[in-house]
Amino acid sequence: MSPRVWTAVAGALVAAILFPLYWAALGSFTPESRLFTAPDLLPRGLVLDHYRALFDGRGFWTPVRNSLIVAGATTVLAVVVGGVCAYALARLRFRGKATALAFVLAVSMFPQISIVSPLYLVLRELGLLNTYPGLVLPYLTFAMPLTIWLLTGFFRQLPPAIEEAGLMDGAGRLRTLWEIVLPLSWPGLATTAILTFLYSWNEFLFALSFTLGPERYTVPVAITLFRGQYQVPWGQILAAAVVATVPVAAIVLVAQRRIIAGLTSGAVKG
Amino acid sequence: MATIALSGVSKRFPNGQMAVRDVSIDIADGELLVLVGPSGSGKSTVLRLLAGLEPPTTGRILIDGRDVTGVPPQDRDLAMVFQNYALYPHMTVRENLAFGLRVRRVDPVRVDERVRAAAATLGIETLLDRKPAQLSGGQRQRVALGRAIVREPKAFLLDEPLSNLDPLLRVATRAELALLHRRLAATMVYVTHDQEEAMTLGTRVAVMRDGIIEQVAPPRDVYRTPANSFVARFVGAPSMNLWPSADEPGVLIGVRPHDIDLAPVGEGDGVGRVAIVEPLGPATLIHLRVDGLTDELVRVVVPADTPIAEDDRTGFRVRRDRIHRFDGATGRRLDPPALFVSRDHAGRGQ
Repeated sequence: MSPRVWTAVAGALVAAILFPLYWAALGSFTPESRLFTAPDLLPRGLVLDHYRALFDGRGFWTPVRNSLIVAGATTVLAVVVGGVCAYALARLRFRGKATALAFVLAVSMFPQISIVSPLYLVLRELGLLNTYPGLVLPYLTFAMPLTIWLLTGFFRQLPPAIEEAGLMDGAGRLRTLWEIVLPLSWPGLATTAILTFLYSWNEFLFALSFTLGPERYTVPVAITLFRGQYQVPWGQILAAAVVATVPVAAIVLVAQRRIIAGLTSGAVKG
Repeated sequence: MATIALSGVSKRFPNGQMAVRDVSIDIADGELLVLVGPSGSGKSTVLRLLAGLEPPTTGRILIDGRDVTGVPPQDRDLAMVFQNYALYPHMTVRENLAFGLRVRRVDPVRVDERVRAAAATLGIETLLDRKPAQLSGGQRQRVALGRAIVREPKAFLLDEPLSNLDPLLRVATRAELALLHRRLAATMVYVTHDQEEAMTLGTRVAVMRDGIIEQVAPPRDVYRTPANSFVARFVGAPSMNLWPSADEPGVLIGVRPHDIDLAPVGEGDGVGRVAIVEPLGPATLIHLRVDGLTDELVRVVVPADTPIAEDDRTGFRVRRDRIHRFDGATGRRLDPPALFVSRDHAGRGQ
C-alpha cells in the first residue's frame, strides 16, 4: 500500500480513538440545557459551569488529592521495592528463583473481585479501612507483580559485565545497583512507574470497597457516586472525566519517548 | 603487589558443565601469566574465579597467602579489564576512572591527581570529559585499562582485552601492554585465545583445554618442549605437523613447519606433491601431499624466494634435532631425543 493510504488509515484510527475524548471534553464545556439536544460537532457557546459546580459545589479537589496521594505512594513503593526484588531476581543466584517469579505472577492472576472480601476483613482488623495505607497496600498486590516482571526483564538485558566492573571497582551490590544499574535503567523505571501510576489512578473496585466516605474517595469512585437518585449530572461527570484524564495524558505526553524506549528495549539488540 | 595461588580449584556450572577441573597454579609477584586455549577451554572461568565473580565448586584461592575463596569481588582489591571494556556508559571518562577510587573514599584531591596520572600514562588526557559512546574502540580500550591502573590494585585480570581491536592496533597495544607490565611490575593474569599474544606477552603461559591446564611454562619452553600433542599443535603458527611414526607403532612424530627443509627429489626423508602455496610475506607456507601419508598435508615453511609452484614434486628433509615424539594414545610427550635440548634451554629451571 502506498504511504498515502497508510496515512489515511492511521488518521481514521486515531480519529476513532480520539473522538470519545473529544466528545467528553466538548460536553464538559456545554451548558446542561444543550447537552441532550441535537449535538454540535464543533464547539459553540462554551461555558465553565460544570467545572465550577465540580470544584466549588462538590469539592472535587478532595478526590483528586486522594487519587494523587494513593497512586503516587503506590508508584514510589512499587518501583523502589519492586526494583530491588527485580534486580535480585534478574542477577543473583539463589535457590527457588524460578518459583519466586512464578509465584509473583500467580499473585497477579487472582481476579480482583475474589480478594476484595478477604482484604476487607484484613484491613478492618488492621484498622486501615478508609485510610491511605488501606488503599496503597492492596494496590501493591497488583502493582508489585507488574513492576517486578517489567523490571526483571529490563535488568536482565543490561550487559552484566558493566555491573561486574562495578563490583571489581570495589562497589558492593547495593552501590552498584544505585550508581550503575539505576542510571542505566531510567527508560525501564519510567515505563514501569507510569504504568503503575495509570493502574492505580484508574483503579475502581478496591477504592470503592475500602473507602467509606467522601473524604477518602478517589477520582473514579467520586465520579461514579455523582449520580443521584433522580438525576445524573452528565455535565459534571464529563468535566470530572476530563480532570481525571489530564494528569495521565500529561505524564504520557512528557514521557512518551521514554515509554516507547522502555517497552521496546530488549526487543532488538543494542 | 601480590602473589596468587589456585589450589585444586574446580568449577561446575549449575547446568552440569564442568568448566574447570582441579586446577592448581602459583602465580608469582610481578608475573604476567597468560591463560591461553581454544574457546570453551575454561580460561575465562579461571579468571572469573580469581576475580570472585564466580564461586569455585571445590578448591581454594589465595591472594598474598590469604584465603579469599569466600571473599566477594569488591573486597579482593583486584582490577579487571573486560573483553567488551564494560565502561560505565552514563559516566564521562574522568568519572569512569574515578569511580573505583570514589567508592574507596579516596580524598577527592588525590582522586583527581591519580586520574590525571593514569590518563597521562595512557595518553587519554584529552578524552577525560567525553562519554564512552563518543570514543573509538582503541580509546575505549585505553579507558578500560586506565580504570584498572588508577586503582593501583593488588593484581590485574585481563580478559581478552585486545580481541575487539583491529589487527594493527592490536599489535601496537600488545607492545604497550608489555611496557605497562614492566613499568608497573604488577602481577597480571591475562586470558586470550590467541597463541601469538600468549607467546609475546607472557612471562609464563598456561595452555588450557577442557578445563585442565595442559602445561605451564615460559613461552619458549612451551614452544620448544610442548608437554603433549595438543599443546604442540596449539602453540606456534603455522601449527606443528603430526604424523604416525613409521618405525615405532603408537608414536606420533611432530615437526614444526619451520624445521623442515626442501630437498631435491630422491634426497632427504620423503617426497611429496605441492598441494597449496600460501605466501605469508616474509616466508611461504606450502602444503605437501606426501607419498605414504594419506590423512594430512604436511606444512613446510620455506624462504619467500623459493621457486616452487602448485603440483611440483619435491623432496624434503626433517631437521633431526627438532623432532618431537608423542604417545599416540595419550598424546603425552615422550622423552625427547637428546639432541633436541638446546644449550640455552638446558640451563633454565622450569
